[in-house]
Amino acid sequence: MTTKAREPRSRLDPEPIARRDFLGLASLWAAASAMFFATLGMLQLPKTAVLSSPSKKFTVKLPDTLNPGEPFIPPGRAVALYKDASGGVYAVSTICTHLGCVVKQTTEGFECPCHGSRFTSDGEVTKGPAPQALPWLKVTGSGTSVTIDEGTTVESGTKVTI
Amino acid sequence: MSPVAPPRSALQTFWENLLAVPYRLRDTAFRGGTPNTDRTRSTFVFGNVFLHLHSVRTHRWSLRWATTAGLGIASLAAFLITLVTGVLLMFYYKPYPDVAYLSIKDIHFVVPTGRLIRNIHRWAANVMVVTVLLHMARTFFTGAYRKPREFNWLIGMGLLVTTLGLSFTGYLLPWDQLAYWAITIGANIAQSPREITDAVGVTGWFDPGGLNRLLLLGSDTVGPEALIRFYLLHIMILPLMLTALMAVHFWRIRKDGGLARPADADARVETPEGPVYPVFTQLATKTYQLAAIVKGKTSAVGKGPEGTVPSMPHLFYAEMGVLMLTVLACVALALITDAPLKELANPAVPENPAKAPWYFLGLQEMVSFSAFMGGIGIPTIVLIGLGLIPFLDREESGTGEWFGGPGGWPLVKQSMWVGLISSIAIDAFAIRFGWLREWIPHIPQLVITFINPGTVLTLVYALYSVWLVRRYNSTRAGALGLFTCFLCGFIVLTIVGTYFRGPNWVFYWSPADWPKH
Repeated sequence: MTTKAREPRSRLDPEPIARRDFLGLASLWAAASAMFFATLGMLQLPKTAVLSSPSKKFTVKLPDTLNPGEPFIPPGRAVALYKDASGGVYAVSTICTHLGCVVKQTTEGFECPCHGSRFTSDGEVTKGPAPQALPWLKVTGSGTSVTIDEGTTVESGTKVTI
Repeated sequence: MSPVAPPRSALQTFWENLLAVPYRLRDTAFRGGTPNTDRTRSTFVFGNVFLHLHSVRTHRWSLRWATTAGLGIASLAAFLITLVTGVLLMFYYKPYPDVAYLSIKDIHFVVPTGRLIRNIHRWAANVMVVTVLLHMARTFFTGAYRKPREFNWLIGMGLLVTTLGLSFTGYLLPWDQLAYWAITIGANIAQSPREITDAVGVTGWFDPGGLNRLLLLGSDTVGPEALIRFYLLHIMILPLMLTALMAVHFWRIRKDGGLARPADADARVETPEGPVYPVFTQLATKTYQLAAIVKGKTSAVGKGPEGTVPSMPHLFYAEMGVLMLTVLACVALALITDAPLKELANPAVPENPAKAPWYFLGLQEMVSFSAFMGGIGIPTIVLIGLGLIPFLDREESGTGEWFGGPGGWPLVKQSMWVGLISSIAIDAFAIRFGWLREWIPHIPQLVITFINPGTVLTLVYALYSVWLVRRYNSTRAGALGLFTCFLCGFIVLTIVGTYFRGPNWVFYWSPADWPKH
C-alpha cells in the first residue's frame, strides 16, 4: 500500500483536531445531550394529561323558604347560593382566594378561619390578605333545581333567572 | 531411613480451624489488628467504612463543650431516630385517604408499642428542627462559616430546608384536619405567584404558580394523588436528599480541617496529660497529595498533631454521649406527651384556628399579610441573605470564638433589641391599626403584596445591617446584626402565631378570651 505524502501545513492553518479526540468529544456530547433530553422527558411524568378530580358540576334544589339575600350553602359544598327579590339566582364560591380555606358565613358576609380575610356577601374583599374577590360561579337550571359548575367562573354580578 | 511423620488428619485440621474461628473472625474484622494502641486505633478509624468520615485525630478545641454543644451530632442522632422509627411505622401506615387515618389510629391504639414508636418519631422530628436551628446559630456566632467553610454553610442551609420539608410532609400523612388543611394551604402557597401574575394580567399564558400546585397535588383537588406524592417525598426523595447533603456536609468538615477554631487554639487548650512533644522540629513546607507536591493553605499543611487526641476513643465517647442524651430526650418526651391526631380530614370545614406546627407559625403570621411575599418572597430573600453572609464577611479575626471576640457580644445584644423591638412594633402596629386595605379599600393588590408588615420588617433589618457595616466599618458587624435580627424576628413571629392568634387569626391576649361557639 502506498500513501501520498501529506502537504506541509501552513503556519496559518488551524491545528487539526486528532480524529480520536474528535470522536471522543462527539460521543461525550452525544451522551450528555441524551441524558439532558431523557431528563426533560422524565420530568413530564409527574404532570398528568388528564386530571383525576371529581366532576365539578352538581345539582341542588333551592329551598322554597329562601329569603332574598340570604345564602343557602348545600351541605358538603363550598358554594353559597342566593336568590334575589326579582328571582335572579347566583352562586358565590366560598373558597378563600388567599390560600384555599373554606370561609365561614357571618352576619356581614364571610370570614376566613385560617388568616382572617373578610368578604361581603357578594364576595368583595373587605379585610385581610385575600388578593381577589370570591368568584361567582356559573349557574344553570330550571324551576327550583339549579346546577352549579364550580369549574367555570362568571363575571361578578351575573344573575340567572330560572 | 528417617521416620516419616504420621500424616495430619484433615479432621484434626478441621477441628482446630473450627476452634480458631472466633479469633480469625476478630482478625478479619479489625484489619489493622485489635484497636488497643493509639496506632491500631488510628488504623481502625481509617479503615472502617462507618468511621472513616472522622479524622483519626481530633483537636482538643473541638472536644470542648463550649465549641459546639454537640448540636450537630444531636441533629444527626435525631435524624437516625426518625429513620429507625419511621421505617417501623411503614409496616402499618397506608398512604391512601380512605385508610391513612385509620392506619394511624391502628398504630396508636392497636399495634404493640405503636403509640410509643409514633410518639418518638414525632418528638425526634421536633428535636431535629430545634437542634438544626440551634446548630445553625452556633455555627454563625462562632464565625465557623468563614473561609474555607463558606460552601459548607450553603450545604447546611440546604439541610435546614430539607429538614423543614421532611417535617412538613410528615404531618400531612395522617390525613386528619391538620394534614388536609396544611396540604391545601401549602399547595396554595406554591400557587401564590399567581398573586403577581393575576395582578399583572399574564396568568393566561404564564402561570408558574399553577404549575407548582399541579405538580404537588397531581390533580386540581386535594386527594389521593396528593397524599401519594407527599408520602413519596417524605419517605424517599427528601431522606435521600438529606443523606446526600449530610455526606457532603461531614466530608467537607473533614476536608476543611475539622471544626473551626481560633488561630491560637493550640496554646489555649488545657495541657494534655502525659508527655507532649512536637513532631515537626522544623516547619514543613510541602505535603504530598496524589503523588503531586502540594504547597499552600490546605488545612493540614505544616501542622503536627500537637493539641490533638486520637478520635478513638475520645471523640467517639463524646458522640456516643450526645446520641444517648438525644435518645433519652426523645423517649422521655414521647412518654410524657402523645403525638396529636385530630379529627378525620373534613374538606368542607377547616379548623378554626387552623394552625401549623410551631416551626411554621412565624411563616403563617407572615402569610396572613400576603401569601406570595410571606410564603415565597420573604423566605427566598432570607435564604439569599443568609447564603450571602460568608461571601460578604471575608474578615478573619475572631473566627472560632463565640461572637468573634471582644465587641461582638455587645453588638449582638444591641441587635437583639433592634430585632425584637422592630418586629414587635411592626406586628403590633398591623394588629392594632390594620393595614393598607382597611385604610384604602380599593388599593391595587400589587401594593399590598409588596408593602406589607413582613416586607417592611425585612427592609428594616436590611437597612439596620447596612448601617452597622458603615458605623463600624466592618462587614462582620453587619453579618452579626443581620443574623441576630433574623433569629429575633423568627422568634417573635413564632410566639405571636403560637400564643396570640385565635379563631379567624384574630389577635387575643390569651386562649381564654377566644369566643365560645
